[in-house]
Amino acid sequence: MPWLRRIAFYAALLAVWEVVARSGLYPPYLLPGPIEVLATLWSGLAQGLFVTGTLVSLRRLAVGYAISLVIGLALGLLIGRVKWLEETVGSLVLGLQALPSVCWLPLAILWFGLNERAIIFVVVMGALFSITLGVEAGVKNTPPIFLRAARTLGARGPSIYSQVVLPAALPAILGGLKQGWSFAWRSLMAGELLYFTLSLGNLLQSGRDLNDAAQVMAVMLLIIFVGVAIDRIIFAPIERRVRDRWGLTG
Amino acid sequence: MLEHATGVAATARQDTIMTAASGGIPLSIQQVSKQFTTRAGLLTALESTSIEVAAGEFVCLLGPSGCGKSTLLSIIAGLDQPSGGLVAAAGQPISGPGTDRVLLFQEAALFPWLDVQHNVEFGLRQRGVSRKERAVIAHGLIERVHLQGFERSFVHQLSGGMRQRVAIARALALNPAVLLMDEPFGALDALTRDRLHSELEEIWSATHKTIVFVTHNVREAVALGDRVLVFSPRPGRIIADFRIELPRPRSLDDLALAAQAAQITATLRAAMGDDLNTRR
Ligand SMILES: Nc1ncnc2c1ncn2[C@@H]1O[C@H](COP(=O)(O)OP(=O)(O)OP(=O)(O)O)[C@@H](O)[C@H]1O
Ligand SMILES: [Mg+2]
Repeated sequence: MPWLRRIAFYAALLAVWEVVARSGLYPPYLLPGPIEVLATLWSGLAQGLFVTGTLVSLRRLAVGYAISLVIGLALGLLIGRVKWLEETVGSLVLGLQALPSVCWLPLAILWFGLNERAIIFVVVMGALFSITLGVEAGVKNTPPIFLRAARTLGARGPSIYSQVVLPAALPAILGGLKQGWSFAWRSLMAGELLYFTLSLGNLLQSGRDLNDAAQVMAVMLLIIFVGVAIDRIIFAPIERRVRDRWGLTG
Repeated sequence: MLEHATGVAATARQDTIMTAASGGIPLSIQQVSKQFTTRAGLLTALESTSIEVAAGEFVCLLGPSGCGKSTLLSIIAGLDQPSGGLVAAAGQPISGPGTDRVLLFQEAALFPWLDVQHNVEFGLRQRGVSRKERAVIAHGLIERVHLQGFERSFVHQLSGGMRQRVAIARALALNPAVLLMDEPFGALDALTRDRLHSELEEIWSATHKTIVFVTHNVREAVALGDRVLVFSPRPGRIIADFRIELPRPRSLDDLALAAQAAQITATLRAAMGDDLNTRR
């Protein structure tokens, strides 16, 4: 019964945390107990502050990710199919992928100012290269037999890409999409630390400014929760579907 | 009411697919040869080969591994260019793939991201046939290859024989005049293979399509073909052209069939023996 073990584990963890927090080893404004953190989380949500912050961050993530998705699909397809693009643009993408995307933030702020455009730029830079490389890998590894079958069945031009190359590459693309989202999420949180408008990252920062460790921890919990939820609600079902179709299960 | 009318039209169309009296077209393979440039240099896969296939004829290509049978078939399909010579279908030189000639592969090559029905519909979708009409045609063909009930199954859920049936239905959906079959039953057990032989023979006698069928199996070739062409080892060329006059439907256990097969096997052996001798 793995779930029973899991519940027991988390219960023990919370209990130890509460005991240590109450022991007086550390001052409560540095190490609040789980009860206080959960209470802060609850009141933050109830007041709407955390809800609004989460929505702002999610909106940025969605806009940035959507842009990366469109550009990444096109770019990955081109790099995967055109030899000279692979040798040129492909190597550039590989290089840029090595750069943690939050490193773009100073430049983005110089270019765009400390505003929405700069932070979305950073999100795009976080997701774009992973998505591009995932699509490229998938497209390059498309078994030629699928292309031959499609051609003998009368597929031509763009529909070969939309109906054969992309679906055939889907398992590999999905890997890139997942990595892209997690990079984008990380760089968004890092970037928001510098921002003054309400958002998840900004709530972390303001918790620090107020010396309020309970708020910092509550927002951290919220960030974990949102991350896990996106994985479970968006990516897990897609992955399951692909695995079922292709028969990739175990 | 409207729906009903479309249904009827589509069914009528599907009937014409299954019973078209003059389905096949002649193929003319004129001095087709193929060289590949490999790292080791120029490799001749197929020597200049000429074959005339009559409309509606069932021709089997037989030969040792590597003699260029698959190469020739993909050239006829228009998926590869010959190094020399030309292929004409119904008198017209071909210049690429065309849905008058559909190639079937040994590995079935079904699309794993589509279920059975959508695999069968694939070619029709490329042709711009409406969703509803596609479904009707696919339904009829899935029944034709005895897979009703598996419309929603995915490729990995099917046995090898079922996959080949889907591949056949997928090709038939386009109602091609020519079926090019590259060892489609090579990986199947003897019983399944037998059953698919008779199903293929049924389809062929109902549609009179031209069929070019590649196999390693001499008995399979004799059981199915009007003609059996025997290739030499690589570089391939045709060394014998047997006309099989046995009455249909043929049985693999038939003595006359076995005798024919023995004769062809002897030819094949001699060709391979020659090859061994020259190599020594
Ligand atoms: N794309 C290619 N590049 C280089 N050589 C090739 C290529 N395709 C085939 N060949 C070579 O051409 C020869 C003929 O290949 P082909 O696949 O047509 O043989 P086959 O008669 O179908 O054999 P089998 O019965 O094993 O399927 C082989 O020696 C093969 O190695
Ligand atoms: Mg072959």
